[in-house]
Amino acid sequence: MARTRFLVAALPLAIVIGLGGIFYGRLGKNPSELPSALIGKPVPAFTLPGLDPQGPGLADADLRAGSVTVVNVFASWCAPCRIEHPLLTALAKVPGLRVVGIAYKDKVEATVKFLDELGNPFALVGADVSGRVAIDWGVYGVPETYLVTKSGEIAWKHVGPLTEDVIRGQMLPLAEKLMK
Amino acid sequence: MRRLLIGALFALLALPALAIGVDEPLPDPALEARAREIAKGLRCLVCQNQSIEDSNAPLAADLRRIVRERVSAGDDEAAVQAYLVERYGEWVLLRPPFEPATWALWLGPFVILAAGAGLILLRRRRPAAAEPAAPLSAEERARLDALLLRDEDAP
Repeated sequence: MARTRFLVAALPLAIVIGLGGIFYGRLGKNPSELPSALIGKPVPAFTLPGLDPQGPGLADADLRAGSVTVVNVFASWCAPCRIEHPLLTALAKVPGLRVVGIAYKDKVEATVKFLDELGNPFALVGADVSGRVAIDWGVYGVPETYLVTKSGEIAWKHVGPLTEDVIRGQMLPLAEKLMK
Repeated sequence: MRRLLIGALFALLALPALAIGVDEPLPDPALEARAREIAKGLRCLVCQNQSIEDSNAPLAADLRRIVRERVSAGDDEAAVQAYLVERYGEWVLLRPPFEPATWALWLGPFVILAAGAGLILLRRRRPAAAEPAAPLSAEERARLDALLLRDEDAP
């Protein structure tokens, strides 16, 4: 009897501690950020035209070409894309790392103007004018950045503008591992 | 005049409603109805608590178009859902599927309800069965005797 009473008294405490643990675990995380369904999977099959009709675009084959690639989905109309742009420029200088871009739902002229103005860190740019290819990538807002292995597998994804913390803390350590 | 103004204001307020359903419907009404039904069960990834059917976001419009495409290509609801889950994960489904990871979500409320009901029943059935009193210690017995004696002595 005394034991049941103890249990009944301890139950609310146990529930509070349990829930506290769950909530504490969620602290500091952004609940609207989706885990990517594509991590560990090969990049979706796609072919995008480039900004220059004669020039190269971007296709899934380019991402299996044997180098670790940063795929940045951006748009000239996206303010955070402007903010993260200098970081992409810096990333493009990392030896062994290739940076490519997908211009999401953007007029080609607008993308060209954006890159003329801020500089073009991308080895290749694909123009996804309809936004259809981005949906295959699971994109739900720009900017989004992916890290793709040498064999074309999606290893990492970041939603929202890149920051120095994210690049130093997550992206570069992983990229270095993938480059070995 | 004032009425007219108020009327105009309300009409303006209703304007966003026009933004929904501007997509091109499928020519076959049965297929269109099915596409809409499926769209109601898919989460808009931008606004997150709306279905893509209810949302004005451009991405939701794109997804509605994809749903229509898949439906006219002969996909059933499960196939359309699978197509989107492949890209966005299960979060895109407004009704989470019943699987080990979501058991707590689906069954939790019932388990808690049953536990509460069980607890109440348990307490009802045993109306505070009085615990048998512990025998008095020698000291207590002596004190009790003294008190009783004093009582008897009283006039």
